[in-house]
Amino acid sequence: MISINIYAIYSLWLREMIRFFRLKSRVVGSLAPPFFFLAFLGFGFGSAVMPAIPEGVGYVSFLAPGIIGMTLLFSSTFGGLSMLWDREFGFLREIMVAPVSRLSIVIGRTAGGVTTAVMQGLIILVPGLAMGLQIPGLPAFLLALVFMLLIATTFNSLGLAFASRMKDMSGFSLIMNFMVFPVFLLSGALFPISNLPGWLQTLALFNPLTYGVDGLRGSLIGVSSFPLALDLLILAGSSVAALSLGAYLFEKSDVE
Amino acid sequence: MDAPAIAARGLTMRFNGFLAVDGVDLEIERGELFGLLGPNGAGKSTIIKMLTTMLRPSAGSARVWGYDIKRERDAVRNSIGVVFQDPSVDSQLSGRENLDFHGRMYGMDRKTRADRIAEVLELVDLTEKADVLMEDYSGGMQRRLEIARGLMHHPAVLFLDEPTLGLDAQTRRYIWRYIERMNEEEGVTVVLTTHYMEEADHLCERVAIIDQGRIVALDSPERLKDLIGADIVTLEVDDSVTDEQVGALSDLEGVEAVDRAGSTLRLSVDRSEARIPEIVLAASRAGLLIRSVTMHEPTLEDVFLKFTGKKIREAESAGAGRMAAVQSRMRTRRH
Repeated sequence: MISINIYAIYSLWLREMIRFFRLKSRVVGSLAPPFFFLAFLGFGFGSAVMPAIPEGVGYVSFLAPGIIGMTLLFSSTFGGLSMLWDREFGFLREIMVAPVSRLSIVIGRTAGGVTTAVMQGLIILVPGLAMGLQIPGLPAFLLALVFMLLIATTFNSLGLAFASRMKDMSGFSLIMNFMVFPVFLLSGALFPISNLPGWLQTLALFNPLTYGVDGLRGSLIGVSSFPLALDLLILAGSSVAALSLGAYLFEKSDVE
Repeated sequence: MDAPAIAARGLTMRFNGFLAVDGVDLEIERGELFGLLGPNGAGKSTIIKMLTTMLRPSAGSARVWGYDIKRERDAVRNSIGVVFQDPSVDSQLSGRENLDFHGRMYGMDRKTRADRIAEVLELVDLTEKADVLMEDYSGGMQRRLEIARGLMHHPAVLFLDEPTLGLDAQTRRYIWRYIERMNEEEGVTVVLTTHYMEEADHLCERVAIIDQGRIVALDSPERLKDLIGADIVTLEVDDSVTDEQVGALSDLEGVEAVDRAGSTLRLSVDRSEARIPEIVLAASRAGLLIRSVTMHEPTLEDVFLKFTGKKIREAESAGAGRMAAVQSRMRTRRH
């Protein structure tokens, strides 16, 4: 029997919110890299002509959705992996000994991690707007918000899946450097993937973030490589798949 | 009649063939303050982990408050509060926020939570520190908050795994007082583990002495000490002791038993303060060269010695070896 404990989900979500607003220095720290990417690449390449960017689209407008995708990727993966800290500092036991289904725990944590990641994505939107990004209107913004939610759900769940398989913190930097960075660079966030050699392009097609960044571009600046419906479908699929994997591995993991 | 608070039958935990808990039978009454006493590595924490559903037993079964720990895990979890051996608070949250989180996890509504938080904070004298972040709490305060949290949702049984480990003597006494107070005022059944003899002696109504995964003795501290009977007189002598010399001492009036370990003799003596002169004289006559004489009333340490043939410290170092073995086994299992 699957049971859902609404109070517990809310409690786990609320904890992430309290921590997010309390640990401001951590938030500033995690927003600094995407901000610098946006500022320096944006100003540095702003007037250069990047091949394969559609006519009439400035590099800053092209880059800003990619940087939002980057922010979501890093913060949500980190959010999923933060279960490692809870295990390290013992708080996971407090969660696990409560009369709450494992599924509720996964949903609560994911809801918290996704919310904080999307908030960071929205924060990084502000300097993008200041540098010249123009959002067509409210529906476009809401569509972008849906893409943000799906990107965050996918990578938060993957982070949780990895954290469930790891017994200590040693794997953390491995994941960040060997999974998160390639996923970022192979997503078309900084340049169109059509500039890559063929085999790397193929690899990029297996990267969920490729469709996330494409969807953000489609909704925010009206330019995309794939139909938005396809982006949406693939991302929804990756969200469900990753969430199921995370929930399954979390269910299997030992507390001790 | 109500089911006992805890009933375990043949509870066993095996880590890769290594027996951490070996067929434990245990019955704890409702409202009791019960202690599991034994050296580190004896299996106390593993027993607690099984009873609190954090580990599945390899064999045997147990009921907690009438619920089966394997088949009715959520019902068990609903009936218990747990204070773990290692810290388990969110240090970025305040004391109140940690309690609030806990209350929600157990489905308590806002009003119930607020009332109960005030109550349990009062019980452990932390009302004034409620809104301080946990990272600014001292070790003893943190422990008290964890005890308050364990009580927050009105559990029927509260498990405390080494509640005073690493705390100074004064803080330990405070914690003892809180544990007694909540056992009396809240009527909660308390099961605690400890490797401090005086803690079990002072706090517990009944004590199970655990060694190498087995219960070797179980009774009230008084009755356990009565098994030793009289006072203990310890003689340190110069050389090893012959059977005749032991015989000379055990023939004395009031001497109930003589244990010999190398050059140490332990005599159980009734009303020892009046008999020490005779004992010393008799020992000299038998040709023993006495270096020192000490006497004390029986403690649980003597009980432990009687049942296991070793002191708890010695068992401790052996136990630590056992623990290291378990941990290395568990590590190999994980990777």
